[in-house]
Amino acid sequence: MELLIAFVKALVALLILLQVTVLLLWIERKGSALIQDRVGANRANIFGGLLPFNLGIVNTLMADPLKLFHKEDVVPKDADHFLHWLAPFVAVLPLFVTFAVIPFGDVLVLGDTVISLVAAELDVGLLFVLGMVSLGVYGVIIGGWASNSRYAFLGGVRGSAQMISYEIGMGLALVSVILTYGTLDLQEIARAQGQLMWGLIPAWGVFYQPLALVLFFIAGIAESKRAPFDLPEAESELVAGFYTEYSGSKQSMFMMSDFIEVAIVAALVTTLFFGGWQVPYLYRDGFHLPGGFFLGVPSLVVTVLQVLAFLVKLFIFCWLQILVRWTFPRMRYDQLMNLGWKRLLPIGLANVAVSAVLVLALEGWTVA
Amino acid sequence: MTNPYIALLISFVLCALVAGIMMGASWLLGPKRASKAKLEIFETGNPPLGSIRGIRFPVKFYLVAILFVVFDVEVVFMYPWAVVFRRLGWIGLAEMAAFVVVLGVGLAYVWRVGALEWD
Repeated sequence: MELLIAFVKALVALLILLQVTVLLLWIERKGSALIQDRVGANRANIFGGLLPFNLGIVNTLMADPLKLFHKEDVVPKDADHFLHWLAPFVAVLPLFVTFAVIPFGDVLVLGDTVISLVAAELDVGLLFVLGMVSLGVYGVIIGGWASNSRYAFLGGVRGSAQMISYEIGMGLALVSVILTYGTLDLQEIARAQGQLMWGLIPAWGVFYQPLALVLFFIAGIAESKRAPFDLPEAESELVAGFYTEYSGSKQSMFMMSDFIEVAIVAALVTTLFFGGWQVPYLYRDGFHLPGGFFLGVPSLVVTVLQVLAFLVKLFIFCWLQILVRWTFPRMRYDQLMNLGWKRLLPIGLANVAVSAVLVLALEGWTVA
Repeated sequence: MTNPYIALLISFVLCALVAGIMMGASWLLGPKRASKAKLEIFETGNPPLGSIRGIRFPVKFYLVAILFVVFDVEVVFMYPWAVVFRRLGWIGLAEMAAFVVVLGVGLAYVWRVGALEWD
């Protein structure tokens, strides 16, 4: 029974991730079209155009993946076949698994069973996330090496240098978050944010660690290798960077890992800084509004509201990353390295120092 | 409550299956018509310059990798410290400060000698 529950939860987490990923593809097409004042995906039709409305969303939800899966899988003749196959797999698998430790709701009560809505409730969740996200660098470097092409190789080397540089900034931003909560368990972090500050404002992480939020968000965008940090695949100089020599579904794996990273950064920002699945003033038995008002809500409705709140927050931060991608021009490589090593690293260290002193000086200041 | 690592293993197997199926889709569904020109490396239409095995690339990238090892280990040391920080109190803060100051001197040094410059 418990194994069945674990399986269903793993499946639900994976399905949420896949749906978010595919939806993001569509949102990005339409969003970039909106920002750049062009039309965007609008040519998908079934039944020969008999429907009165446009089916652009079908284009990216169905037609796009189907088209990619029906393309020929070309491996260049000098490429290392095994590594060429391994790279997209290594790029996408750790990212899939990462989502298993992110809580998408509090608890689901079914009769006597109380199910915590996270696929695998690890007490070292945050450490696991960091480890899995940094495994993504292997997909980039192996893909660049296996193709045996100069463009791919340069893209791979650039990508790995960039990803490891920003990992430090990301790790430091998270250290100050852990100082605030005193735990690595993401579900516990989300629960801690259900408290209220002065009985009025939800005690979300953003109010305790605003600087860490900025650092983490910048480092997260750089880790996902998207504009303005898309040097590894800078199409005007490196064709497509480390996946120049990929086609068909292997190439779609790299594309997908891009969007999964967006979703994971958004999920982490939500969980660590914006209360995760918390709806302000909503607790397991209903709304406790400030001023003593109480509105009872059935347990199942509470769960549904919380999952919805998580998804809404998730999409807000995904959209923010898409906005950033289509608004800022690409950085130069020296600017990229300067930002990583000379800005994020010292500021992150200073933030950790200040947080540590403040945690000790004002004991009542922290969440936990 | 089951061991969360069993749940993680289930999730891992499930994800590997889904990823494997999606990657195999092209091999199953796609056409297989290889030709000499198609199997060549794409170098913007020029004849390819040949293999990359053993070519040289800027040593800067190695430097970044070594700096990463130094500072990432520092960050990893901070994780367990941050979790038990409240119990360690001011003494724990002082100990970590001593550790970070040593690495801070290192950072100041590599900054000063220009190892962080990318020309």
